[in-house]
Amino acid sequence: MEFTFTDEQLMIRDTAEAFLAEVSTSEAVRAAMVTEAGYDPQLWQRVCEEMFWQAIHIPEEYGGMGLGYVELVAMLEQMGRYLFCSPFFSTVCLGVNALLVAANDEQKAQYLPEIVAGKTATLAFASANGGWASDSVTATFSATDNGFVLDGSYRYVTDGHSADLLIVAAREAGSEGEQGISLFVLPADSAGVSRRWLPTMDQTRKQAELNFEQVAVPASALLGESGQAGAQLEQILDLARVAIAADQVGGTQQALDITVEYLQERQQFGRVIASYQAVKHKAADMMLKAEAGRSALYYAACVADESLQGGPLADQLSEAASIAKAYCSEAYFFNAGCGIQLFGGVGFTSEYDIQLYFKRAKSTETFLGDASWHRERLARQLLDGESAA
Amino acid sequence: MKLSFSAEDEQFREEVASWLAANLVGEFECVRGRGGPGDEHQLVEERKAWERKLHEGGWTCIGWPKEYGGRSASIEQQVIFNEEYARAGGPGRIGHIGETLAGPTIIAFGSEEQKAKYLPGILRGEEFWCQGYSEPSAGSDLANVKTKAVFDEASGKWRINGQKVWTSLAHESEYCFVIARTDPQSVGHKGLGFFLVAMDQPGVTVRPIEQITGTSEFNEVFFDDAECDASDIVGEPGEGWKVAMGLLGFERGVSTLGQQMLFQNEFDAIIKLAKENGAAQNPALRHRIAEAHIGLRIMRYNSMRMLSGGADGSLQKEAMIYKLYWASWHRNLGKLAMDVMGQESEILEDAPYELNRLQSMYLFTRSDTIYGGTNQIQRNIIAERALGMPREPRG
Repeated sequence: MEFTFTDEQLMIRDTAEAFLAEVSTSEAVRAAMVTEAGYDPQLWQRVCEEMFWQAIHIPEEYGGMGLGYVELVAMLEQMGRYLFCSPFFSTVCLGVNALLVAANDEQKAQYLPEIVAGKTATLAFASANGGWASDSVTATFSATDNGFVLDGSYRYVTDGHSADLLIVAAREAGSEGEQGISLFVLPADSAGVSRRWLPTMDQTRKQAELNFEQVAVPASALLGESGQAGAQLEQILDLARVAIAADQVGGTQQALDITVEYLQERQQFGRVIASYQAVKHKAADMMLKAEAGRSALYYAACVADESLQGGPLADQLSEAASIAKAYCSEAYFFNAGCGIQLFGGVGFTSEYDIQLYFKRAKSTETFLGDASWHRERLARQLLDGESAA
Repeated sequence: MKLSFSAEDEQFREEVASWLAANLVGEFECVRGRGGPGDEHQLVEERKAWERKLHEGGWTCIGWPKEYGGRSASIEQQVIFNEEYARAGGPGRIGHIGETLAGPTIIAFGSEEQKAKYLPGILRGEEFWCQGYSEPSAGSDLANVKTKAVFDEASGKWRINGQKVWTSLAHESEYCFVIARTDPQSVGHKGLGFFLVAMDQPGVTVRPIEQITGTSEFNEVFFDDAECDASDIVGEPGEGWKVAMGLLGFERGVSTLGQQMLFQNEFDAIIKLAKENGAAQNPALRHRIAEAHIGLRIMRYNSMRMLSGGADGSLQKEAMIYKLYWASWHRNLGKLAMDVMGQESEILEDAPYELNRLQSMYLFTRSDTIYGGTNQIQRNIIAERALGMPREPRG
């Protein structure tokens, strides 16, 4: 058993870390997060051209690097540490995953090379306060002679106001739950699509609201079989949950690291406050959260990899994703919250970065289901004899 | 990352499982699932016989080198053995202190004479050991031992005087390994010796401690001019701390997956009960049950990381959190069990104080966060060794 990164995976992680330490500084994050797009387009271009990150798990036949989910997670963990402001999550962990799971060969051959070339993408499915499962889809589609017409609205769409390409879920009128759902891919500037940026408490990741009014798409926009995409949507969301958990583990670790660094400098009563046991014990609890979260994440990463590539663990995806998302959500919030407390007064200022982690912890906790949501999902499986859907 | 065991290891798993299935039957049916934490004092003779049975199959001391009668089993194989053992309902190992603590210490630090005298009895499941570390004033502060060992030139023997406490299986053991002060002027971890002491002698008295469970797994052991031979000190006088600490390095998590199998059995019993008595419909309990499930799964993944890393001697943060993590989780499971039982949780099986399995687990888990390094000490260790925060002042 080798439940640890290979040398190649370590190299990918370390390269990502070195690059992010240089480009995703506190100043850079603060400059990017106050813009409406939420990222520096020149930096994103550099990432796409020099680092080729957008192509990490796109198969080589479509021009990608052909690496797996573990490599992706190793990289995402570092992005979480450095609060990297970019359309990486939306494009790679929502858009690419949706295409890998649901698109046919022809669609992959059309869209994946566009993403490799630098186009951004995202996934829209949820309606206002409708939850995070496939039954939150309220937008509808209807068939026409040469394609489909989409109607309805989406909320909480990551980078929805800036993405080039949209993958959207819609349902047959009258259908419920996982039934009747289809996925479509379309350019974001299609006629009838209006997009509105939603200002958010966590400014490091952007959300938007999309309204679809009589949006006509060709038959070739349909991913998979009409009305049969419910399970695929769940798989896409679970893959995204693992990606979010990676971001969270990175942030959980960094919240601990910057806090301990401060505790080692700050003096009160003639000694560094890191020497007080009340402080040390809190820091020890924070390390426990970071390590246990990492264990949950790496297991989920292996499962996600097999979910995409095939393997005996593939059918554990929903459980592993819920375990990782539930634990890492609370771990991140715990560490960022403890961080503010341990920083003391300066932790409450805008100047110190711990507040940025505190806000990102909450937004990542909410997105795609908080700990309570995932515990209930697991409870249904454990106690009601349901499969975790 | 690779999550599977090798084909060779899986074959080993098959071998273990089939031997257990064929042998944990008949006269040994009664010990199945017994003798774990909280139940360690029960069915002692039957479990001693089971140890001898294990030896017949070559399943004692599998991690020991072949030259001492072991199998030189790899870490993975030891993990697999423990996991299959727990899965099969193998009883609490009455020989585990000899096999995992005394034996490896003697192999690493002992003389040839000590190896010849003590290892075969452990291997054959015929001689059992207990651990003489803690004292009334040496708990977390283990280096504060007061027990004294004086070499008597006339008889050529060491004479030991003092008191040990929390000694499990003391009354069932042939031997005890004892840390005692060889230099009466010394303090702290200097001036200690590591002794191998026979329990069946006039100078040794064992007194059971009645615990909050009403049962007595733990004992006090009094040494009043207890004796051991000049050759029964491991290492030199003054090297006892080094020998005792070396012991801690021997266990790299091989028992963790087996331990988790026992936890899983307890958790399954709670789920079964919750489904039967309606607690499964209570939203607050549903969430706590799911949380326990999450915690146990992560415990397993964390162990897999522990077992995969650290071969290069690097600091394993995932290993440093393990005791704090599992002990806290298990203690919470005890509380959850009672809350799922609801009103019935107070009602005993019988007078005077016969607890059912979950009640016993609930009370016993209160010791999990204390023995083997309290949660408070674990947090100090994590903060100091892993996070580099200043050390607590030590006397």
